[in-house]
Amino acid sequence: MDYSQFLAMKQEIALLVVFLLVFLYDTFMPARSQKGLPWTATLLMLAITAAGFCPCLLGTDTGLTAFGGMYETSAIVSAIKTILNIGVVIVLIQSVKWAGSEQMTMRRGEFYELLLVTLFGMYLMISGRHFLVFIIGLECASLPLAAMVALDKNRYESHEAAVKYILTAVFSSAIFMMGLSFVYALAGSLYFEGIYNAIYAERSIMLVMALAFVIAGIGFKLSLVPFHLWTADVYQGAPTSVTSYLSVISKGATAFAFLVVMAQVFGSFYADIWEWMLYALIILTITVGNLFAIRQRDMKRFLAFSSISQAGYIMLGVIAYNTMGVSALMYYVLVYIFSNLAAFGVIGAIENATGRVSMLDYRGLYRTNPRLAFTMMLAMFSLAGIPPFAGFFSKFFIFTAALGQGSVAIYVLVLIALINTIVSLYYYLLVVKAMFISEDECVIAPFRSACSERLGMWIAVAGIILLGLASPVYDTLLGLGADSSFAMFFIR
Amino acid sequence: MFENILIYFVVIPLVMLGGLALCRDIKQIRAVAVAGSVALMGLSAWLLVQYLELRAAGATEPMLFTGEWMWFRPLNIHLAVGVDGISIAMLLLSSIIVFAGSFASWNIPQPKEFFLWLILLSTGVFGFFISVDMFTMFMFYEVALIPMYLLIGVWGSGNKNYSAMKLTLMLMGGSAFLMLGLIGIYYHSAPEGGELTWNLLEIVNNASIPHGWQQFLFPMTFVGFGVLGAMFPFHTWSPDGHASAPTAVSMLHAGVLMKLGGYGCFRVAIYTMPQAAHELAWIFLILTGISVVYGAFCACVKTDLKYINAYSSVSHCGLVLFAILMLNTTAMTGAIMQMLSHGLMTALFFALIGMIYGRTHTRDITKMGGMMQIMPYLSVCYVIAGMASLGLPGLSGFVAEMTIFVGSFQHADMFHRAFTIVACCSIVITAVYILRVVGKLLFGPVVDEHHRSLTDATWWERVSTVSLIVCVAAIGCFPNFFNNLINFTFSPAIFHVLGMN
Repeated sequence: MDYSQFLAMKQEIALLVVFLLVFLYDTFMPARSQKGLPWTATLLMLAITAAGFCPCLLGTDTGLTAFGGMYETSAIVSAIKTILNIGVVIVLIQSVKWAGSEQMTMRRGEFYELLLVTLFGMYLMISGRHFLVFIIGLECASLPLAAMVALDKNRYESHEAAVKYILTAVFSSAIFMMGLSFVYALAGSLYFEGIYNAIYAERSIMLVMALAFVIAGIGFKLSLVPFHLWTADVYQGAPTSVTSYLSVISKGATAFAFLVVMAQVFGSFYADIWEWMLYALIILTITVGNLFAIRQRDMKRFLAFSSISQAGYIMLGVIAYNTMGVSALMYYVLVYIFSNLAAFGVIGAIENATGRVSMLDYRGLYRTNPRLAFTMMLAMFSLAGIPPFAGFFSKFFIFTAALGQGSVAIYVLVLIALINTIVSLYYYLLVVKAMFISEDECVIAPFRSACSERLGMWIAVAGIILLGLASPVYDTLLGLGADSSFAMFFIR
Repeated sequence: MFENILIYFVVIPLVMLGGLALCRDIKQIRAVAVAGSVALMGLSAWLLVQYLELRAAGATEPMLFTGEWMWFRPLNIHLAVGVDGISIAMLLLSSIIVFAGSFASWNIPQPKEFFLWLILLSTGVFGFFISVDMFTMFMFYEVALIPMYLLIGVWGSGNKNYSAMKLTLMLMGGSAFLMLGLIGIYYHSAPEGGELTWNLLEIVNNASIPHGWQQFLFPMTFVGFGVLGAMFPFHTWSPDGHASAPTAVSMLHAGVLMKLGGYGCFRVAIYTMPQAAHELAWIFLILTGISVVYGAFCACVKTDLKYINAYSSVSHCGLVLFAILMLNTTAMTGAIMQMLSHGLMTALFFALIGMIYGRTHTRDITKMGGMMQIMPYLSVCYVIAGMASLGLPGLSGFVAEMTIFVGSFQHADMFHRAFTIVACCSIVITAVYILRVVGKLLFGPVVDEHHRSLTDATWWERVSTVSLIVCVAAIGCFPNFFNNLINFTFSPAIFHVLGMN
């Protein structure tokens, strides 16, 4: 065997090294040094994030395969991994206080180890070009998350959420594999390329079922409606740091993996089969997510439904089915990471200081904690797509990419999505209204949030303001999309 | 980039925001607001002079002071600026109203936050008027909309939560249609194989939007901007929003923001898609005709001063869109004049209403009377504003409406003439509600004896009102100057629109 193939997996290996270091630190360092674990893990993660920017990974190479085509990496794949890394770093910074607290003493190591394992799984999902690797990645990214959801050992909701999560995760994996077995029966291969070539011209009811099962299986992870029912309970029950990880990183990685599967395996069925499946799913996801978000008063449930509808917008990048869509999807994920983490940063800080998570408790927040209120407002505006914040640009570009597809049906879809942004603006403004306009008594007293929390929020706010206005970010992603191996699948 | 004078219309507000962050007390905040708005006013006046000189020297391009800086290269999005006579008129109007608005909010509570949002709003407005790139234009458009929510929600009065939410959602709803329209225009902005562009001038030159697409994209963009121009049936945000907004915000909103709608309808919808404009104008003529008359009738039955004026705005802004849709030079010139005239006199109205409300704490005309005896200065100003509104010669309203109706009547067919006559009726109805208010509020007996102790205008209120009255009178007395300013470049644009027919 040619061991040099492992060199293609630089990012996975780096992540594994970080995992081992964290594990060794947790296991062998004396108890008095355990307090240093959060920052150690954060700095290690920061190091491999920074490495992602080095030119050897961001090079213009169109692709590098290993293990007979089971694994592929390229500039665009490295880029999405780096985007996820950035998100993880912010999550880790924001969770330093929570992870360092007394109640977490016995479970501190687990949080970091489980998190790194799930991230490793997401890497495999993104890079895997063989369904076995893909499934290993999918399971790796799902099962440890259930344990993370249950980390709040003393809260009943945390356990309930974990059970709900693991049941749906296992169920969706089963459905996904059912679909795969159909695909295998048709194609006789599990390599992406092999399947693509074998069933290129296949049109049968079995294929439609296979596609439906595969989309449903991944749809669970993306929380597309009607596979979203676990989302709100899990988001609410999980510790806030885990929720923020779940809502941005897990979702972003799965969205990209979904795009890879749909384009590189089932690309030839875009126009006559899965475009319409996805079309219906997007309309349902955006509309239902938005309508349910209006009624929520618990901030975490509220953001759960908001993230469902955001997943619908992200899917516009898949249905666009052009290289601009790939880049717009990545850019959307990047911006969404910053916007959502700014919101979760505020929620986490308030929860850590006062234990309150209801929107009703946010009334008059501006009078007592103006900076937190401002951060939250920026996050809400960015999620709603208000300029000059990054969310506006990501929404605009993903709509532009979708309309680039050009059919009348897509114009209708985008119009529905645009009308939905008005609904979403309504509930995002409800939060702003509670914080700035409401004249009721303030429930939350002024407090000073921890240094790490403030750092996390500053980074998120800087991202919200700069990512949109600084055009090189999007230009780079668009260049990567155009050069990537996706281009050859998008010929219709 | 900074050698282009236009860019300073965005830079100055941003500098003001920076200055605001350093302010410690209300005096410094006032100083920043006044200095900034004076600078903006000076800049637009200087721009006007420069522009006229260049035109006199024989410059014939449709836009002057153009500049282009690449922003998002793969999508060909630029930060592109340029002005013609219409934009300059709008910039002048905006800077005057920002100036008057700063004085009108002299004693606002929480001044720092208030001016933060107000200046952000004006950044959006100025950015919108200098842009010729659809993307930047749209971005500035939305930047101007969102501060309204907080301005009304925090500093407003009455049913402010409802109004703020309604206004924001309806305007953003308009911009949803707009976004679809603009991206659609982008994808058809160049002939097959050419490089797609967001630049309005290039789109007009290419004239490559297929006929079928025009019929879809024209209503999208026209309705999108029309919502902000208070076109029936999308006008309902306007009365509630204006009634709840604080004084300076009503001034800016009715005076400037609603003009964004009319300007956008002309600059984007009609300018880039003249064929569809010709074919579909009748639908929107009916709608705007309804707004003109319906708005005026509504104003007759309201007793709240702000509601009266808000409905009158619906009527007058309807007239702007009405005139634009007539698609001939005279009527369109009138439309621009009407934008200027309505912007100034409505701002004056709202300023005066705010000042009266600040003293009497009521806006209900049945609970007030005899103000002429109590506060003669404000009352006289109110009469002047009213006269401008009902079209007294010598003030701005007359010039604008006269031009519009003369232009509209140039159409020889029955449909246009009938609608022109209907719209003309609004002048009479305007006289009814204006004179009713003047009679009840200013003359007659004093209704509430407590009002006798009220004081007349302070010096900063006088600055605010005088600056607006001077402008209203200037347009009324020297209409030819403004006519020429607009016409200089208006004609090429108009001929382009007409030539497509």
